[in-house]
Amino acid sequence: MSALAEGGEDAKVLAGGQSLIPLLSLRLAYPSVLIDVNRVDELASIERVDGSLRVGAMVRHRTAERSKEVRAAVPLISEAMPFIGHVAIRSRGTIGGSIAHADPAAELPAVALALGAMITARSAPRGERTIAAADFFQGYFTTVLEPDEILTSIDFPVLGENTGVAVEEVARRHGDFAMVGAVAAVTKGGRGDVADARIALINVAERPVRAPEAEQALVGGASIEDAAAMAAADLDPSGDLHASPAYRKKVAGVCVKRALARAMEGASK
Amino acid sequence: MNVELIVNGASRNADTEPRKTLADFLREDLGLTGTHLGCEHGVCGACTVIVDDEPVRSCLMLAVQANGATVRTVEGLAGGDDNDELNRLQEAMRDSHAFQCGFCTPGFMMQITALLDENPAPTEREIRETLSGNICRCTGYESILNGVLRAVDST
Repeated sequence: MSALAEGGEDAKVLAGGQSLIPLLSLRLAYPSVLIDVNRVDELASIERVDGSLRVGAMVRHRTAERSKEVRAAVPLISEAMPFIGHVAIRSRGTIGGSIAHADPAAELPAVALALGAMITARSAPRGERTIAAADFFQGYFTTVLEPDEILTSIDFPVLGENTGVAVEEVARRHGDFAMVGAVAAVTKGGRGDVADARIALINVAERPVRAPEAEQALVGGASIEDAAAMAAADLDPSGDLHASPAYRKKVAGVCVKRALARAMEGASK
Repeated sequence: MNVELIVNGASRNADTEPRKTLADFLREDLGLTGTHLGCEHGVCGACTVIVDDEPVRSCLMLAVQANGATVRTVEGLAGGDDNDELNRLQEAMRDSHAFQCGFCTPGFMMQITALLDENPAPTEREIRETLSGNICRCTGYESILNGVLRAVDST
């Protein structure tokens, strides 16, 4: 951490390297100092802390994907894993790296946002602080992390019994970045009513987007179709080579609908 | 910096620049040119090797990060120095005419080897899922899939 403090703006933390090393290869980033945290074992633990699962920043995607503890506590993480790149990418890529990288097309930032995760960061001069996922993501590849800060762990809240989760994406090819996607978690109450709903969208803006109105409508008894329409209604996505704004907006609604349908089904089991 | 690691069962070491990728280190410093480099930014999968039992893109890992690791490359698949017989996967691939030009072959072979080590009897869907991380511009993938299925059947 002192190396990071001394390096200032020219220093970068190297986690799994599955995004940073391509940026170096393509000469899109040229830090003068790379600080490799791959051998820092205390960043690689998974533990239950009160009502949350604390996942160390250096927990690899593949480790999380195989983890029964993660599946039992925060199944939305497990569901998101197969969408992240390919197996060989997940061998090296890390949970903390994905979140700190803050790609709007990435799955884990949306998972963190939907669940209301708390992100812990540390710096040599100022010590530790905790940031809500809702405040953490600022824009394209931009977070509130300061240049001398390192993300150390993420606390993902463990949702109650009778919760169903789902991740839905549309991509050109499996493993590609999502053109659009949605993550959902639905918790049912004793009478089969919706007690809690969480929806976040992938790649519809410069950062992951939550859909609070649609969530509240679902709790109020709205249909999946109506909630999905509400989630997509105010979106103003940009267009690119792969998808026009109108197409992206349309498919966003479809992804939310599919994700909610599967989450509802899972919550009923 | 000195990097010391085990490659295909043999202890190897060489001095290298900290900035060098594992792929370039294997090819240039250790002379193991079986590992191929296609895109050099993690998309094509040609450079896939096995590091500590996990398949990784050797172009997305620095050589210094592999210090102390156990690495397997395509050169380690066949019998070895005193025995150059193809292994079961290699035979199945040959018999299925799985590959044509051979450029992507090392990456596919190591990715499939990692899959079969973890799961000796994958379903077709699991095989397709695994192969999706590697690009082949010759075959259309069906012959590669058939090769894997043949290898699975022969076990």
